[in-house]
Amino acid sequence: MTYAIELEGVSKIYRRYSGRQFSTLKSALLQRNILQNLRPNEVFPALTDVSFTVPRGSTYGVIGKNGSGKSTALKLVAGITKPTTGRVTVQGRISALIELGAGFHPEISGRENVFINGIMLGLAKREIQERFDEIVDFAELRDFIDAPVKTYSSGMYMRLGFAVAIHVNPDVLLVDEVLAVGDEAFTHKCLNKFGEFRRRGKTILLVTHSLSLVERFCDEALWLDGGRTMEHGDPRRVVDAYLTKVERDEAAQLAQTTARAVEDASRHEQAGPSTGEATVSGPPGEHESQPTEGRWGSREVEIVDVALLDRQRAQAFVFQSGDPVAVRLKVRAHRPTADFVFGVGIFNAEGVCCYGTNTYLEDMDPEALDGDVDVTFAMEGLELVEGTYKLDVAVHKRDGYPYDYHRLLYTFRVNSRVHDVGIYRPRHAWNFSGNVRFKDDRS
Amino acid sequence: MLANLKNLIRYRGLIQSLVARELKARYRGSVLGFFWSFINPLLLLSIYTFVFTVVLPNPNPVTKPYALFMFCGILPWNWFASSLLEASNSLVSGGNLIKKVLFPAEILPMVNVLANMVHFFLGLTILAAFVIGYRHWPDLPGLLWFPVAVLVQLVFTTALALFFAALTVHFRDIRDLLSNLLMFWFFATPIIYPWLDPNVIAYRRFFDLNPFTHLAVSYQEILFFPGPVGHARWLLALGVLSIGLFFAAYWFFDRLRDSFAEAV
Repeated sequence: MTYAIELEGVSKIYRRYSGRQFSTLKSALLQRNILQNLRPNEVFPALTDVSFTVPRGSTYGVIGKNGSGKSTALKLVAGITKPTTGRVTVQGRISALIELGAGFHPEISGRENVFINGIMLGLAKREIQERFDEIVDFAELRDFIDAPVKTYSSGMYMRLGFAVAIHVNPDVLLVDEVLAVGDEAFTHKCLNKFGEFRRRGKTILLVTHSLSLVERFCDEALWLDGGRTMEHGDPRRVVDAYLTKVERDEAAQLAQTTARAVEDASRHEQAGPSTGEATVSGPPGEHESQPTEGRWGSREVEIVDVALLDRQRAQAFVFQSGDPVAVRLKVRAHRPTADFVFGVGIFNAEGVCCYGTNTYLEDMDPEALDGDVDVTFAMEGLELVEGTYKLDVAVHKRDGYPYDYHRLLYTFRVNSRVHDVGIYRPRHAWNFSGNVRFKDDRS
Repeated sequence: MLANLKNLIRYRGLIQSLVARELKARYRGSVLGFFWSFINPLLLLSIYTFVFTVVLPNPNPVTKPYALFMFCGILPWNWFASSLLEASNSLVSGGNLIKKVLFPAEILPMVNVLANMVHFFLGLTILAAFVIGYRHWPDLPGLLWFPVAVLVQLVFTTALALFFAALTVHFRDIRDLLSNLLMFWFFATPIIYPWLDPNVIAYRRFFDLNPFTHLAVSYQEILFFPGPVGHARWLLALGVLSIGLFFAAYWFFDRLRDSFAEAV
C-alpha cells in the first residue's frame, strides 16, 4: 500500500507572546531582557499527537468544530507550516485550495493573475497557456477576464481562484471548506470536478463542515477535537460519533439556556397579564398575546418541574426527528381544586405554534386535583423537521385564569439527517413502480 | 539552506512574472502611467540642481556639470533605498501569500529589489539623454566596469533586503527605523558632494567604512569623471563582502522562515 499523505505523531504548538504585545524593537530593547521576551510565555497546542495515513487515490475527510485543528492539519500537509514534533510526508504535487485567489493582485487583469497564480501553484507558463481557456470557462469569466481583479465580485474572485487551483492538476488536492464559494450550479461543477479527480486516482484531503459531503464522498474520515484525534476510519461511523458528541454539547447548552430562562422568569414574575380576561380557554399560546418568554399565574396550582423525556424516560434536550418524546410536569396543588386544565404548546424558532393542546380541548372534564402529581404528555413520535423549538406548559382554570403559566421557557432541539423543509414531517415512504431507478449514493 | 537556494532557480519564472506584475501594477490607474518612472527622478534632479547650483553653489569645479554628476549617484541610491523600504515591508504585506500558499518567502523581497532595478535601468535612459545634452562623454573602457557595479549593488541590496524583510516580521518598527537610517545614510554618502572634495578627504577613513560610498564613487568614476576607474579595487572588495553578506542574510532569513507564517 502506498500512501500519498502520512502524518506520524504530529504536534503543532503555536506560541503566543502575550508579554510582548506591541512587538516593537524599542520595548524589547528597553526592557533589557530581550531574550526572555522572545521566549513564548504561553503556548497553544493546535494539534497533539495526530497520526493518519491517506492511501494514494482515496478521499479523506477531516471534520470537527471550529478551532479543532483541521486547518492546521491541512497547512501542515501543504507544507505551509512545519510540525513542532512528528513527521509529515506527502508524495506528489500538492495543490491547496486553502484560500482561493490568495495571490491575486487587485490592480491587474484576471488574465495576468491566472498566469501568476498558476506559476505560484507550480505550473509552467506553457502549461497555463494550454489550460487557459479551460480555466476561464470553468470560472465562467470569459467576458471579464481582461478586467482588473479589483472589479470582480467576491464570487467571481473565488471562482477564478478555484479554477486556477483545480487546473494545476495535482496528485494531492487539499480542500479547505471552499465549496461554499459559488452558487448552487458552481458548487455542483466543483463536486463533479472532485469526482473526476477521484476517478483519475488522485488523492483528496477534504476539510469541511458538510457532514453529508464526507459521508458521500470520502473513503475515510478523521474527527479532530481540540487538536486530538477522536475517531477515524469509516466515514459513517466517524460522522455518527461526531454527531453524538455535538448533540451532547448541544444538550448541555440547552439545559443551561433553559435553567437560565426559568430562573429569569421566576425572578421577574409577572402579576398575570390577563387575569380572568381570557374568556375562552384555548390551548396555551393561542389565546396569549405575549410573545416573549415568561412565567405568571396565581400559583394555587404550581408547575414545579418540567422535563422532556426521551425513549429511556431520561431527561433530554436533543432529539432525532420522529423520536418518542414525553413532557413530564411535576405539579403541586397547594389546595384542592376541581377546576383545572393542563396544556402544552410547541413553538418553532420563528414563534410559529407547531402544535398546542390541553386537557379541556380534549374533553377531559376535571374533577379533583390535590397534592403532588405527575402529568405526562407523551408523544409517540416527534414528527418535526430539524430545528430549535420552545415549549409552553400551563395549568389554568377552564375560563383561562392562570394558575401557573410557563411561556417559551423550555428549549429543545430536533436533529435530522434529512434536510427537508417546513415544520411538520409526516411519516412517509416513497414507492415507485415501473422503470424508476436512483443512482447509488456514492458516485 | 543550499537546497532552498537551489529551489529558487526553479522559481525564476515566478520571480520574473512577479517583477513584471509589480511594474505593471505600480502605475495602473494613473494617467501618466509608466512615465512616472522618468518623472520622479527628473523632478528630484531639478530640485537638487536648483539648490546646489543656484542657492548653495558647489564650488568644486570637478562637479561641472553638476546635474549630471549628481544624477550618477542618485540613480543607484534610489534603487538601493526604495528596494530596502519596499522589501522590509514585503513579507508583512504579502502575508496572505505566506500563510496560504506554499511559497518561498524570500522571493518577495527579491522581487522588490529586481523591480527597482528595472526602474534604475529606465532612469539610465534619462542619464543618457543628459550625457548627450551636456556632451560630457564618459570613457568607453571605464564603461566596462558598469555591469560589475550593477552586479555588486544587486547582491549587496538583496542581502540587506532579505535581512530587513525577515526582521520586520518580528519587529514592525524596522520600517520607521529604516527610513530614518536611509536619510542619514544618503547624506553620509558622497552623492550630492564629490568624493574628491578636501573637506571629504579629511574624513576619508569614515567614508571608507560606508559600503555605499564605494558604489557611488564607482558609478561616478565610470559615468562622469574622466580617466581610469581608480575605485575598481574597492568595488571588487565590496563585491566579495556582499557575497558573504548575502549568504549570512540568507542564513538568517532561512532560520526565521518557519516563524513567518505564524508571525505575519
